[in-house]
Amino acid sequence: MHKKSVAELSRELESGKISSVELTREFLDRIRAEDRRYNSFITITEDQAMADAKTADEQRAEGKAGVWTGVPFAHKDIFCTNGVTTTAGSKMLANFVPPYDATVTANFRAAGAVCLGKTNMDEFAMGSSNESSFFGPVNNPWGLSNGDKRVPGGSSGGSAAAIAARLVPAATATDTGGSIRQPAALCGITGLKPTYGRVSRYGMIAFASSLDQGGTMARTAEDNALMLNVMAGFDPKDSTCVERAVPDYTATLNEPLNGLRIGLPKEYFSDQLSPAMEQQIRNAVKEYEKLGASVKEVSLPHAKLAIAAYYVIAPAEASANLSRFDGVRYGYRCENPQDLNDLYTRTRAEGFGSEVKRRILVGTYALSAGYFDAYYLKAQKVRRLIQQDFINAFKEVDVLMSPVTPSPAFVQGEKTSDPVTMYLEDVFTIAVNLAGVPAMSVPAGFVDGLPVGLQIIGNYFEEARLLNAAHQLQQVTDWHQKLPQ
Amino acid sequence: MQWDIVIGLEIHAQLATQTKIFSGSSTAFGAEPNTQASAVDLAMPGTLPVPNEQAFRYAVMFGLAVNAEIGRRSVFDRKNYFYPDLPKGYQTTQLDHPIVGPGFVDVDLADGRSKRVRIHHAHLEEDAGKSLHEDFDGMTGIDLNRAGTPLIEIVTEPDMNSAEEAVAFAKKLHSLVSSLGICDGDMSQGSLRFDVNISLKPKGSEELGTRTETKNLNSFRFMEQAIAHEVERQMDILEDGGRIVQETRLYNGERDESRSMRSKEEANDYRYFPCPDLLPVVIDEAFIESARDLLPELPDERKGRFKAQYGLNDYDARLLSDDARMAAFFEETASHGKDAKLAANWVLGEFSARLNAEDKTVTQAPITGTQLGQLVARIADNTVSSSGAKKVFEALWNRDGDNADAIIEAQGLKQVSDTGALEQMVDEVLAGMPDQVAQYQQEIDPKKQKKMLGGFMGPLMKASKGQGNPKLFTEILLKKLSD
Repeated sequence: MHKKSVAELSRELESGKISSVELTREFLDRIRAEDRRYNSFITITEDQAMADAKTADEQRAEGKAGVWTGVPFAHKDIFCTNGVTTTAGSKMLANFVPPYDATVTANFRAAGAVCLGKTNMDEFAMGSSNESSFFGPVNNPWGLSNGDKRVPGGSSGGSAAAIAARLVPAATATDTGGSIRQPAALCGITGLKPTYGRVSRYGMIAFASSLDQGGTMARTAEDNALMLNVMAGFDPKDSTCVERAVPDYTATLNEPLNGLRIGLPKEYFSDQLSPAMEQQIRNAVKEYEKLGASVKEVSLPHAKLAIAAYYVIAPAEASANLSRFDGVRYGYRCENPQDLNDLYTRTRAEGFGSEVKRRILVGTYALSAGYFDAYYLKAQKVRRLIQQDFINAFKEVDVLMSPVTPSPAFVQGEKTSDPVTMYLEDVFTIAVNLAGVPAMSVPAGFVDGLPVGLQIIGNYFEEARLLNAAHQLQQVTDWHQKLPQ
Repeated sequence: MQWDIVIGLEIHAQLATQTKIFSGSSTAFGAEPNTQASAVDLAMPGTLPVPNEQAFRYAVMFGLAVNAEIGRRSVFDRKNYFYPDLPKGYQTTQLDHPIVGPGFVDVDLADGRSKRVRIHHAHLEEDAGKSLHEDFDGMTGIDLNRAGTPLIEIVTEPDMNSAEEAVAFAKKLHSLVSSLGICDGDMSQGSLRFDVNISLKPKGSEELGTRTETKNLNSFRFMEQAIAHEVERQMDILEDGGRIVQETRLYNGERDESRSMRSKEEANDYRYFPCPDLLPVVIDEAFIESARDLLPELPDERKGRFKAQYGLNDYDARLLSDDARMAAFFEETASHGKDAKLAANWVLGEFSARLNAEDKTVTQAPITGTQLGQLVARIADNTVSSSGAKKVFEALWNRDGDNADAIIEAQGLKQVSDTGALEQMVDEVLAGMPDQVAQYQQEIDPKKQKKMLGGFMGPLMKASKGQGNPKLFTEILLKKLSD
């Protein structure tokens, strides 16, 4: 059963072939047995999961089951779960048990889905390799049998690795600069970052508020659509959430792609991309041409400025968002503080890891008197230019396609000593967050036995079009079905 | 050397909304510590602010009342600093795009002049919690009930030139926000807090001197004292050839002393930037008009009406119109009292004196405007003398009776105005005082005569058990003595 998709499991439950209790047991047993190889979970909520599965079976018996009733999945440990430790991958919150649910968490609860636990992640979602987690790095299931400990990508590395290893069929994730798409690409699964404002951020621990967006990860595009059906929608608790009707994202999966206009941003097919990677992406695009799509080159002239702008705006917002972790009300507090200043400085020095500290420092600097105009204001101007690039591109084409990453999963430790090299992992994904448009990562073949991801970028609120395009590719290719050794 | 005093004020007014500016928690004062602090107020991870529409409405009402431009696109910023009673590590406030733009308030001064004080702007922000330094044995307690209470911070131009002007403005502002119903105005509970910026410059000079800011003055008396104290301090320094340090000072009203809190150099770099959790709020014409519809009669309008409707002089009209509750009390009194000027005298005289003596507000008074009005009516129709009326007032105040007529009856305070009875009393009293009568009749100086007349009034009032109408007694006496 563990190799089946959410859609398949839902049908199995509906047919009565298996109960949610049995299914949940099977996945929990797999996690217990296998996850020591991957470290993809921070918390496993076994008792709660079994109780929820029992409730789900009862609901089904009463004829009150929906698509998600009794289907196991996992939450990235950035979504607050009432009564269950929520760490954001940090020592700072290692003991934090929220007394409330994130809206995303509550939505899955209401849908009857069974959460098996909380997945590992880069600390406060800051990272592209899952190596900044206080709970240790996650191993990418791909290449592991060769003895290579490769990164799963980040920050949603735990969710991606758990799905790739078939420990869960689906998991929630978040994307601030590529944190869904990059790990989805590196782990050979399918992930979607929705339009900013499509999914509520309430209860999702903030990294950079104007860029953070909750999204979906699963093996298939169809499962991503099923997840987004649960997650998307207006939330009165989040004033940046958009009040706009939510379509049934599964309804349009089978629309034909005849006449789909695909744009290839020339800036994303640069010399940063290895020829082998480029070949895989171009192969995937050819599949679309066979499906009736047209392809043309387009330009995102300001894309090259995206990383620089992002690494001003995101740390600036983070520097304020993370001020609340001060040892006063919850979370980590240093031993025997001598006075207020000591409480603050030692709590934060001991509670945060080095990447988080680096970004707080960068953000604090960028906002300081005398530097604000040169950094923060300038970066916001660049951001508007990048938004305009996308708006212009979508006047010519329906979707943009590009690689997700410049190269496949790298070996752990390879980039930790050089933050800038690490930041360049997100060179193709970050502009999307600055613009706020939706984008997916879809499996598109292999290089040296490691998965490659195709990025499909859409216009604002056109998640349905992306899912349709991804689903159609998955009807004619089997890259998403490949299992790591 | 002669100095010009330059004063500008910053006023924090707590808005009287039911719930906080960015969460659904109650704003009621006096609850057990931390019982009105939700996950949002505690800045729990992942929680988000949602703006309270009523706070915007109140701010717009204030803007309209001070003749200000309303900011059509209102933006919130984060002001970053660490303090235990600031849960998020930043205060959500407005820097460059406040909700209320430039406006002005006209203030009447005691000498009859009117002073225009310009409002630079007013912005919405959230209050911090409270740090409790007592009761925790060397530690500090944190109460977050107040955290997130909506404030408008009102910033004036440096348009005031004396403590008197600053206090008059402050009182006017207090009356304005109370009349609007957007702030309960209770200064003892911190609902209205004043920061005073003061500088001196050589008389007539165009260039402003270095200023200091004295923070958190929560009574008009302390404000007046603090200004006097700071002006004197600065004057001493300047006249000794010293220089004023730009700094924030704390004033201790009990001891009439102040100390430096922090200098400009020590001031935080607040690293303001637009709050990404809150989108800009667009205020449209319809919202402004709906707020305008909610505006009650404002003190300036009311003063004009009191003069026209009740024939009051400017001074009385101002005293009665500044405070909405005082104005309402007066109008209730006048509506029952037949004589509006007399009603005004009693409200501003006996009634106000009594409130002051007992440190009570109008709403805490033990008598109603109707009760006082009924008494005023009895004075107006000569049923009771003014000295008798004071006794009735006393009884009403002490709740020894609930209406003037019953008290007049019970205490026998009804004035005797029957001229036949009064004449008889005059005859009897004069018959018992022949020497004084003779003396009076021989006196040629009318002034002395008038004084001697008083000598007969005492025994007459005694004979009438205080109930004789003094005016009639005088008339009869004059007639009898000149016969």
